[in-house]
Parts: sequence; structure tokens; C-alpha cells
Amino acid sequence: MTVVATAPTHTPAPAPAPAEMTDGAVKPKKVVIVAYSGELEKTWATMILASTAAAMEMEMTVFVTFWGLQTFVKDKKRITGKNWMQKMMSFMQRPGVSHRKLSKMNFMGMGPWMMFQLAKKYNVSKPKDLLEMSQALGVTFVPCQMTMDMFGLTQDDLIEGMGEPVGAATALQLMTDADSTLFI
Amino acid sequence: MRTSNRERESNVALDIKLKVDASGLSCPLPIVRTAQAMKNVASGDLVEVIATDPGSVKDFEAWSKSTGNALVESGSVDGKFRFVLRHK
Repeated sequence: MTVVATAPTHTPAPAPAPAEMTDGAVKPKKVVIVAYSGELEKTWATMILASTAAAMEMEMTVFVTFWGLQTFVKDKKRITGKNWMQKMMSFMQRPGVSHRKLSKMNFMGMGPWMMFQLAKKYNVSKPKDLLEMSQALGVTFVPCQMTMDMFGLTQDDLIEGMGEPVGAATALQLMTDADSTLFI
Repeated sequence: MRTSNRERESNVALDIKLKVDASGLSCPLPIVRTAQAMKNVASGDLVEVIATDPGSVKDFEAWSKSTGNALVESGSVDGKFRFVLRHK
């Protein structure tokens, strides 16, 4: 009788214990940013949140699309694209994280210049530095395949360490699977 | 001189493995630097962070809560903020 009684009490006991242990280890929160815009201030916001989320041990994925993808073209690339229209687009809007323009008060680069002077004065990291930190901390930057095709961008045009290009379905799957999603 | 003595005493008392000087740095660098530093210490080790960003007081509480690395001490030393964190 006692043998039978101890058997069931013994079996459920170890079962919930490891479950609570894994719960105690805390499942990482998932955050997705859809980096749609290419302006300096919005790029800055994306980079600050991406690096901080990674520092907070969150699983951070940035889906990079439309103007946002211009930010992830190598700084030294001047003209990108295959046909004249794509080349013209990159000429009119210089790609690269260090060449972002402000949406307001750009004034031919005076605005961004002042922003960088202020950032330097108050020890605020530039988007480029924050991007490098984010990558070092394990943030995944995923480019949009459709945008790459439309702008004639190749994997070689983009900075090192980018994820495999994906489409809207993967982006939506990431978003619905995440605890929080931002569209910047 | 007195400060360094006091620091040394508190080090002995708390056995701090790594120090992060985030003085002058703005958000989010104190947190990012600390997260990077945490990778260089073992579980249970203590890391001391010195920061001047007033926002870091709340930020370190949030960071500790989110990551599970305990905030052992939060206070100020010589007009700067001082945090001691334990690697989970």
C-alpha cells in the first residue's frame, strides 16, 4: 500500500521542477523593428532600440525595407543599381548609414552636421557605432528581397553580417511571433 | 586618495570582478557597455558600473529586471551613479 502511495507522489514531483527551472531562466522576449524609413533621426531611433534590446538579452530582429535598406548599404558605395533609373536613385539619395538626411531642417547637410556636433558634445553614439554594437550583440538585420530587387542591390552592396533576404511573409511571421513590433 | 582607499575597501568587501566606467556616456551606452562587460565574467561575479547619465538609475533597474542579473547596489559616489550587478 505504502509503496503504491509513494510512487505517484514521487513521479509528479520531479516533472514540474525542471519546468519551473526553465521558466526561472526566463524565455527571451522577442522584439521586431520594421526599419522602413531612411532618415537620420529614424535610423538613430532604430539603432538605439536595437542595441538596447540586445543588451537586455531580448531576441531582436530588424526587418529592413524600402528607404530603410539605403542605411545598410556600405558607406563607401556611391552609386548602386543595375539600370540608369536605379543608379539615378542612389545618386539622388546617397546610401550608407553615415549619409542619412534629416526629415526636417536638413538644410543641405547643415542639420545633420549640427546633430552630430551635439551628439559629440553630449557623448551620444552615432548610428554607425550603434549599428556595429548591435551586430556585435547579436541583433539580426534582415533585408527585404523585393526592395533589393527594386533598387538593384546585391548582397555585396550591403554591409557585412546581414541576414538572408526575405519577403513579406517571413516579416509577418516574425511580427506575429514577437512580443512587440515597431514600424519605424 | 581617500576615494581610492574607500573604493579598495568596498572592492574587498564586495569582490568586484570587473569595473565599467560609463562616465559621460549617454543612453543607451551605459547599458550596452555593461551588457558587453557581463560577457567577460562568470556566473555569480560582481560588476561595478560608474555612470553620470541620470536616466541610468531607472534603466539599470529595468535592465536587471529584464535580464535577471541582480542589481546588488544602486547609489552614488562622488557625484556619480554607482551600480553593482551580479551575473546570473
